[in-house]
Amino acid sequence: MLNRERTPLTGRRVQLMATCLCDAFYDDVAAATVEVLEHAGVEVAFPEGQTCCGQPAFNGGDWPASRRVVRHTVRTFAGEDPVVVPSGSCAAMLFHGAVLEFEKEPDAPAVEALGRRTWELADYLVNGLGVRTWPGRYPARVAFHRSCHSRGTDSVAAALTLLRSIAGLEVVEFGEAEQCCGFGGTFAVTFPHLSGAMGQLKLDHVRAAQPDVYVSGDMSCMMHLGGLAAREGRPIRTLHLAQVLRDALRGGEAKS
Amino acid sequence: MSAQAIDRFAATLPAETRASVYQSTKTTHEKRTRLLFDQFPDPDRLRTLAGEIKQHAIENLDTYLPQAEARLRANGAQVHWAGTAEAACAHVLRIMRERGATKMVKAKTMVSEEIELADYLGRHGMEALETDLGEFIIQIDHDHPSHIVRPIIHKNRREIATSFEREGLGAYNDDPATITRRARHHLRHKYLAADVGLTGANFLSAESGRIALVTNEGNSRFSVAATRCHIVLVGIEKIVPRDRDLGILLNLLGRSATAQDLTVYTEFISGPRDPAQPDGPEEMHVIFVDNGRTEVLAGECREILRCIRCGACLNVCPIYRQASGHAYRSVYPGPVGAVLSPLLLKENFPQKADLPKASSLCGACHEVCPVNIPIPDLLLRLRARAKEENVPSPGTPPMAPWALLASQPTAWRAALVAGRALNVLPTRLIPVPALQAWTASRELPAWRGGEFRRWLKARRRPAPPAAR
Ligand code: SF4
Repeated sequence: MLNRERTPLTGRRVQLMATCLCDAFYDDVAAATVEVLEHAGVEVAFPEGQTCCGQPAFNGGDWPASRRVVRHTVRTFAGEDPVVVPSGSCAAMLFHGAVLEFEKEPDAPAVEALGRRTWELADYLVNGLGVRTWPGRYPARVAFHRSCHSRGTDSVAAALTLLRSIAGLEVVEFGEAEQCCGFGGTFAVTFPHLSGAMGQLKLDHVRAAQPDVYVSGDMSCMMHLGGLAAREGRPIRTLHLAQVLRDALRGGEAKS
Repeated sequence: MSAQAIDRFAATLPAETRASVYQSTKTTHEKRTRLLFDQFPDPDRLRTLAGEIKQHAIENLDTYLPQAEARLRANGAQVHWAGTAEAACAHVLRIMRERGATKMVKAKTMVSEEIELADYLGRHGMEALETDLGEFIIQIDHDHPSHIVRPIIHKNRREIATSFEREGLGAYNDDPATITRRARHHLRHKYLAADVGLTGANFLSAESGRIALVTNEGNSRFSVAATRCHIVLVGIEKIVPRDRDLGILLNLLGRSATAQDLTVYTEFISGPRDPAQPDGPEEMHVIFVDNGRTEVLAGECREILRCIRCGACLNVCPIYRQASGHAYRSVYPGPVGAVLSPLLLKENFPQKADLPKASSLCGACHEVCPVNIPIPDLLLRLRARAKEENVPSPGTPPMAPWALLASQPTAWRAALVAGRALNVLPTRLIPVPALQAWTASRELPAWRGGEFRRWLKARRRPAPPAAR
């Protein structure tokens, strides 16, 4: 439903947007993303000037501040090569959110152009490159988190295609999977009660399915859910999809 | 302790209320989804088409409203225009006075809640009785609806039985069938004694002047069957171009609202009684209500005027499920209300500028909306408007310092590393600016700022070969 026009892919060179969360907390997710892309035969460039997609201020209503960051991002990811992001949320910011806040700006076309060549990781692998099966082995019961920014995109189906193709891996279903986990960016801190209650509900459903690991295409949701679970003293094991794909190549010895 | 009113309200909501709201919304939502996907190969295409019809209608009101008025007059109805809530109430009062009427029976209409008609009539010596069971219970309890389709979603049957006992409608009995029978018995006499019947209109066709009314209790039919004068309150956005547009809209409304193929009663009324007809009201008045809608139409959130008040966005909303409807302090709660309620306040928008913030922007509302309203985009636009108008937003961290940092790569990289050196979070760096609020209920992962960049550099140095 998020209507997307895309620039057709030509080569196998991409620019990696690691995301600010991976830059600050989840370095292994970014590293796994590089290894996964390289395994798929993709040449990965990492523009050093990158910071953040601009979403925090966009969601917070401070569009001038957000546009400032988006403009920086547009400059940083110049050129024709597609931008691949290990986050549905940051990808959606670039192809949908940024476009919305630039509607009346003179440089809107540049922002739209960046949006058209931005891909969430699973979507890029499956729908961009045509990868349908993933080699290796990953013997585990995996619950997959449907992050809300992938609603209406092809990312969830893509991630599930990859996961289900991995030898030894079993995807387990859980209740109300389409409901939000309660992260929501600034929402998590301005509406702490609601955010926590939504997170608890999600954790209850996930725990009931007894997965070995809870996997997501977005670390922001995992930071919230993992943080809640750890605070309760009942931690859950969370991983990014890229980590599972990389670890499958190594035979399933997962790192967390 | 949260600074945001809706969060505080949700935190103090009785567990029992939350449980009723959660159960009932979840069940309806799941049934709705099953029904739509079982019956239609691609319900999303229907939603898109319905949205286009409504969007076309609201963007061409200048054509369709005069057309509807002309049709209605030709059908024998009288047409009135009300710019404000007061004007709409005053029209109703005048019509009643002109007929020497004192008693009204009312079907459920959200616009009558919006203009606070029942209170207004009460203050002017008129009786206005709610005949929808839920609304009747709200009325005897001096309460407010908490859902646009199920006004009493926040009440359980024990509370209702207590209210009935207090009102002299029989000894305490919380069996739903008994409650319904008692209400029906009580209301039967009221219909017969009433002078005017008031309904809303779910849709109004410009082509024929025909209004479409849907109910499950048949009370709107009773309201216009036993009275001589039918007053219709209709928001100007309820118009659709043609009768045949009702096909798709009615198909989506019942399924989206209550997971029914069609509501139990669907009535089409195009005017007062024809001389050849044996019964029916001899007068029909249609009052078109603006009350802020043209301003909404002129603004950047006009898509919200497509809304057909089905309540599906409330049912699916994780916030609504936790907070219930009264948290929104508005006639229209939930996602639709978070957009519409502040907008209808016009220049008093700041009073409800917190509503659009009470959302994780998960997009579930957009996904279920039968007229495909991009609610999250509208919430975001309203957040931007609030910021532009400098409406204070308690607990929201300032974004300007973060933006400064995030547009200067050197400073950004320095902050990443500084954070790691001290193992503290440079609070302005990442989307968790209000650190204390975060850690009140959640652990924070270890700070690894700059690690990935170091790894990548080490790996790309030509020799020694890549290693981890
Ligand atoms: S906004 Fe859409 S889903 Fe919500 S009540 Fe209106 S029509 Fe229904």
